[in-house]
Amino acid sequence: MLKSPAKLLQLLVTLLACAFLFVPTVQSVLAGVTANYFRGLSSGLTLKWIGEVWTLYSASIFLSIWIALACLVVTLIIGVPAAYALARNPGRLSRVLEEFISLPLAVPGLALALALLQLYGGYTEFRTSWAFILVGHVLYTLPFMLRAVLAVLAAIDLKTLEEGAASLGAGPARRFVDVVVPNALPGILAGALTVVTLSIGEFNLTWMLQTPFTKTLPVGLADSYASMRLEIASAYTLVFFVMIVPLLVAMQWATARAQRILQ
Amino acid sequence: MTLTLRSIAKTFAGGTRALLPTDLQIEQGEIVSLLGPSGCGKTTLLRIIAGLETPDPGATVRFDGEDVTALPVEKRQVGMVFQSYALFPNMSVRKNIGYGLKMQNLPKAEIAARVEEVIALCRLEPYADRPVTALSGGQRQRVALARAVAPRPRLLLLDEPLSALDAALRGQLRDELALLLRSFGITAIFVTHDQDEAMAIADRVAVMSHGRVVQIGTPEALYRNPATAFVARFVGAAMPLGGRIEDDRLHLPGGALPLASATVGHQAFVRAEDVRLDPDGALAARVETVTFLGTHYRVALSGATEQPLFALHSGLSAPAPGDSVRLSIAPGAILTLPTEDRIA
Repeated sequence: MLKSPAKLLQLLVTLLACAFLFVPTVQSVLAGVTANYFRGLSSGLTLKWIGEVWTLYSASIFLSIWIALACLVVTLIIGVPAAYALARNPGRLSRVLEEFISLPLAVPGLALALALLQLYGGYTEFRTSWAFILVGHVLYTLPFMLRAVLAVLAAIDLKTLEEGAASLGAGPARRFVDVVVPNALPGILAGALTVVTLSIGEFNLTWMLQTPFTKTLPVGLADSYASMRLEIASAYTLVFFVMIVPLLVAMQWATARAQRILQ
Repeated sequence: MTLTLRSIAKTFAGGTRALLPTDLQIEQGEIVSLLGPSGCGKTTLLRIIAGLETPDPGATVRFDGEDVTALPVEKRQVGMVFQSYALFPNMSVRKNIGYGLKMQNLPKAEIAARVEEVIALCRLEPYADRPVTALSGGQRQRVALARAVAPRPRLLLLDEPLSALDAALRGQLRDELALLLRSFGITAIFVTHDQDEAMAIADRVAVMSHGRVVQIGTPEALYRNPATAFVARFVGAAMPLGGRIEDDRLHLPGGALPLASATVGHQAFVRAEDVRLDPDGALAARVETVTFLGTHYRVALSGATEQPLFALHSGLSAPAPGDSVRLSIAPGAILTLPTEDRIA
């Protein structure tokens, strides 16, 4: 493996690139469990800061989980039937609609948030509730659900499968439940994990939409870096990692699984 | 069930006329094949009967006299076997077969009993609990058939049911399918582009071309008395002889042949099995190639006709390529038919 200098150079570059990405992460995590960051690791390790984070920000953590789950429910209810409708009616109009639904991905979250504020800002009750943030998250995550489901539906011969079910006496609703949903399941799973991961990590939109009472996990993170001591902010990062990394891994796995069906 | 079709036509968006107005009557228990090359409208006709395609206005589809033209497929009680089988990949063999019964809201015990019955009939016992994705092509084909007949449909429709199988299996399953369909006693229509399949399975064959039924009849009738040159070519691969018809005789480059009946302007056809190598024959020809096929030789001949001619020769030996031979064709074996230009 290390026979030629070229190979050695390749390895070196790869390791350097990894270090470039990893060292800040490790440093941040370490800072979260260091007794005093300014005195360094010699001050000893502690879980105190994590306890502090919990006391200060547990509401944000639960709100984020709640919004992510609500977002999942809404994107499932809208996204799966929408993907089905687009898959069953391929054509120019469907292509245009698909692009239209994907538009929030291209528009900066800031602009999207401003538009939402202009439109709904007057409805105080709504504007100050968590549902306002949910709307932003649904706008942003819906294209991911739609595309994941659409990709799987486009890969199976949905039309003939449905015709088969219809010839056996199944009406449209039964066909959707018995044939469409079960066969779209890998796409739905991949989409669901993507939606939850994105919703929990979403910052751009949420930072504009939040009120002090509707602070989500990433917004709380920004807040802690801005106003708390570095150790608390770093411990917060650690908590964030612990929540988001398993989701990321699951998302990778589900997407790979859905990809296999497409081949 | 008796199926009556009146002026069934289909024009697709964009103006393609897939099917010209077609009338057809199929009797209780009859097995009818729609035979034709791809694009002749046979699948469109089948899908209209199923209710998967809407015919042009003015058409009527009647099941035992009842007008079902406006009914969607799920209300027509037809069983359908698709070319790709369309088995539900998310269900086991047993669940697939039971799906239609479940849609009829039958008691669980009755569903189970009837599924078992069909599984036994189609000899699917060893595979009953497997996922359908774990089956071979031939097994899937049987599951598709079992699933279609389990709800006891009024009419069974099969769209190229054997074409997804490899050639060796196709022959075996063709005979098996013929037996199974007879044992169900069900009225059935199946679409195929393979004349052997149509002949082996169907009581009557409707030969289709360019969106219309050209001729309908028993396999024997179609073979012996084709109505048009197209039917003669498609059923039994009749070869055009060319030449010209004059004075009850067919004049060919290799000689003249007597005809049983002659109509000026018609075209003469013959099948390879009716071309005999005969030392006293009226036609002179040269042997091009000889292919040994076990029960007989297939001999390609030139010089007798404008286009290459084939003869099926049985016997212990065959002439060699390059030999000069003489041929005879019995007057009754020569089919004289209107030219294709006149039908189209």
